[in-house]
Amino acid sequence: MERSSMRDFLVGLFMLAGIGGIVYLSVSIGGFSWHGSEGLHVSAAFDETGSLTVRAPVVIGGVRVGEVSAISLGNDFRATVEMNLDPGLKLPTDTSAQIVTAGVLGDRYIELQPGAEEKVLKSGDRISMTQSAVILERLIGQLVYGVTKGDSKDNKPATSEPAKMP
Amino acid sequence: MANPISELGYKALKFVQALGNLAAFTAAVAWAIVRPPSRFGGFVRELYKLGVLSLVIICVSGLAVGMVLGLQGYHTLVRFGAQQSVGELVGLSLIRELGPVLTALLVAGRAGSATAAEIGTMVATEQLNGLRMLSIDPISLVVKPKALAMLCSTPLLTGLFVLCGIYGGYVVDVGLMKGDPGSYMSGLRSAVDFHNDIECCLLKAVIFGTLLGLIATFRGYNSEPTSEGVSAATTSSVVISSVSVLLMDYVITALWGV
Repeated sequence: MERSSMRDFLVGLFMLAGIGGIVYLSVSIGGFSWHGSEGLHVSAAFDETGSLTVRAPVVIGGVRVGEVSAISLGNDFRATVEMNLDPGLKLPTDTSAQIVTAGVLGDRYIELQPGAEEKVLKSGDRISMTQSAVILERLIGQLVYGVTKGDSKDNKPATSEPAKMP
Repeated sequence: MANPISELGYKALKFVQALGNLAAFTAAVAWAIVRPPSRFGGFVRELYKLGVLSLVIICVSGLAVGMVLGLQGYHTLVRFGAQQSVGELVGLSLIRELGPVLTALLVAGRAGSATAAEIGTMVATEQLNGLRMLSIDPISLVVKPKALAMLCSTPLLTGLFVLCGIYGGYVVDVGLMKGDPGSYMSGLRSAVDFHNDIECCLLKAVIFGTLLGLIATFRGYNSEPTSEGVSAATTSSVVISSVSVLLMDYVITALWGV
């Protein structure tokens, strides 16, 4: 068989481009990593996660600093959310986490609010101050329930009525 | 011949016989792959013909598909104020379904037909019989490099197709529709998961590549030694490949459970 250096070069280039494309898709877009231990792993317990999903972003002041790596149900029936943050991040121990929604019906993500403590969070630590997701349907339900209740009892403002589930 | 019931029976028997022949052929190719003469030079030559020469059509098609997805997705999603999900839509549909399937269909049309026609012509001009007379196994010399090259180049082409498609969607969403470049890429990144989506995509590409290589070489290898037979082999290799790719796609998706 004749050897053609030009053809061999093109084939090599093709294979490199193809493999490079697959690696780019896997690592950059698919979020593939060889070792899962890199980065700052913290967890937080929420009463309600709404439709928070794995790989949802974690932001501080609107800047993405990591993503949700796992969501599971803890022994106390609260949802435990594991987060994988940038390894260089120095978060105070009194940082609080909040599940917020992008727009009215958009995706949910976690917003961290750094506190003022001197000590910083290490991998495996737990964020104790959390604020759960707001479920819009439940809020509307409570509002309607509160308003009708306020109407039936004279002159009672609807907002001061603590909503009870029937 | 006049009896339609016998005709049906004959067709069914022929179909089962063809399936059996394909299985025997697959076993022969697999046996040739593990046996010593590696035929690496032939493999590189086939990789050039099947892979490198398909690059242009794959990249252009990928770009066009991505652009159309971006445009359609934008016009549908903007009504719900969800144009930041265009990246998610383009990426997920390309990676899960369109990338592997369309690449396989294009490769079947571009490279599979050429492979079947080449081997069919070798059969018609008795080149394969000549090889057998020299006690060279034609499956090892002719079929093996082609089937292997098809198996290797389909996943690589799929990866490039998906990348071009994502870029095409980006061009339409960001360049044409003045969307936000950050939300395109971050929507894409947060929606695509390696284990669910990209592994599934690569698995599909490998299975499709195997199917395409086997069907194209099998149809060429078993073609009638006439010019009509060669053309029939070329046509049926494209038809059978396309249909089996689409059916197999459904089976893989159903089993994978996405």
